[in-house]
Amino acid sequence: MNVETKLGLDVFKIDKDAHIIIDQEICRSCEDKFCLYVCPGKLYSVNRETEEMEVECSGCLECGTCRIACIHGALDWNYARGGFGIQYRFG
Amino acid sequence: MTEADEEKVEVVVVGAGLAGLSAAYVLAQAGVDTVVVERGDYPGAKNVTGGRIYMHPLRHYLPDLWDDAPLERHVTRETITMMAEGASTAITLDNDKFREEPYHSYTILRSNFDRWFGDKVAEAGGFVLPKYRADDVLVEDGRVVGIVMGEEDEIRADVVVAADGVLSLIAEKAGLRQAQQPKHFAVSAKEVIELPAKSIEERFNLGPGEGAAQLYFGTLTKGMLGGGFIYTNQDSISLGLVVGIESLMEREPKIEVHEILEDFKARPEIRNLVADGEIVEYSAHAIPEGGINAMPKLYSDGIVVIGEAAGLGLNMLITVRGMEFAVASGVMAAEAILKAREKGDYSADSLAHYEELLKDSFALQDLETFRHVLGFMENPRLFNFYPQAVCDIFTELMWIDEKPKPKISTTVIREGVGKFLNWSTIKDGLGMLRI
Repeated sequence: MNVETKLGLDVFKIDKDAHIIIDQEICRSCEDKFCLYVCPGKLYSVNRETEEMEVECSGCLECGTCRIACIHGALDWNYARGGFGIQYRFG
Repeated sequence: MTEADEEKVEVVVVGAGLAGLSAAYVLAQAGVDTVVVERGDYPGAKNVTGGRIYMHPLRHYLPDLWDDAPLERHVTRETITMMAEGASTAITLDNDKFREEPYHSYTILRSNFDRWFGDKVAEAGGFVLPKYRADDVLVEDGRVVGIVMGEEDEIRADVVVAADGVLSLIAEKAGLRQAQQPKHFAVSAKEVIELPAKSIEERFNLGPGEGAAQLYFGTLTKGMLGGGFIYTNQDSISLGLVVGIESLMEREPKIEVHEILEDFKARPEIRNLVADGEIVEYSAHAIPEGGINAMPKLYSDGIVVIGEAAGLGLNMLITVRGMEFAVASGVMAAEAILKAREKGDYSADSLAHYEELLKDSFALQDLETFRHVLGFMENPRLFNFYPQAVCDIFTELMWIDEKPKPKISTTVIREGVGKFLNWSTIKDGLGMLRI
């Protein structure tokens, strides 16, 4: 089962605002791009047209791995707003 | 009464996890005006464990609380498996002690458990406020005097208890710790896979209510620090993988956590255990692995830090722990707050009592004792060479074909000396003496 399908099994309450803000300037000069493969939800990707880093916050498991791995400081990272985001039923 | 007075409580706890709820439970029982702020829809909505919880520390710190707790299965069988390429060797411990009440440990699903615990705090007189995210601490004259939620709301308190989990944004905002380093954390991804209780009991050779805890290490993490786990719940299996974040960042070629998890699940040893099961949830969690070297400052004027927010978690190689540290630190923080309350002094000097209590307990003593484990585990031979060597020797002994077999002692000595007597392994052996 791919990771998108797995995320589809979870309960998310989706906020209109993103809780992770990316500093594109830092990403442009970043050669590591650790975020692309440390995220267990595979939520980071580079937009082919704009070449900007994107994150799909609506599937975020709020583990914070990207926050720890982005040693270049491109992420203004917060948890989902109160009452939004992942709501684990098993945990 | 002014508006500011109305919004003042004695203690505000940030985070309704095991640490925060334990602190709140003790405080509420002592009649302290306590609010727990939780960003999820209910306590447990954001909380993930492997997991298994060790009960003896819990019973020590909060006696009589756990009788009707929604736990899963009491663990009666412990297995550690070394995985090599196409082979694995397992060691299993069965002990009648694990079948004696009160039980040693249980498998656990946190969403159920924490919700129950939240209700217990409410029954004791604490107030649990879900759907609110604490964004910052309120600071006046250099001391923490409450929390800020969103743009408008704030709660003032004599003391703030930062129990907001592994990332501990509140401790960071309060200036109690530096940026977190990848080498001090691991990432875990987990699936909850539903299976009928009967299938679980048959596949894992368990009696009704009995559970299995299985840890896996070796080639499954592809040379990286980490391992796999399986815990049997009542009607489901928790199956997951842990990998050091720094190892993941440094590995070439790159690989993603969910790919490693899929490869692990595809192994015959695992595949048959979860066959026909239905995945019902996918979760992830960062885990503190830095031990005592990565802890933040635990208190300051008007604030204490507990549980995973305080870096309280411990990988002891063959056991992984965290939840009992959460409960113990929550109870000890509450005791320190009660003492501070008697004196009417919530300064850093007064709250320092919390750290003294931690130092006198298993929490800081175990972290101290096992301070070299992380360094030991950074050795890739632990995950590649040794599991492979053990499996090779076993395979050599077990394999029968048409050729004459050498003596067992010949095989063991030849293979053993060949594989285990060289400078690297001697060095590793000496390193092992430190853990």
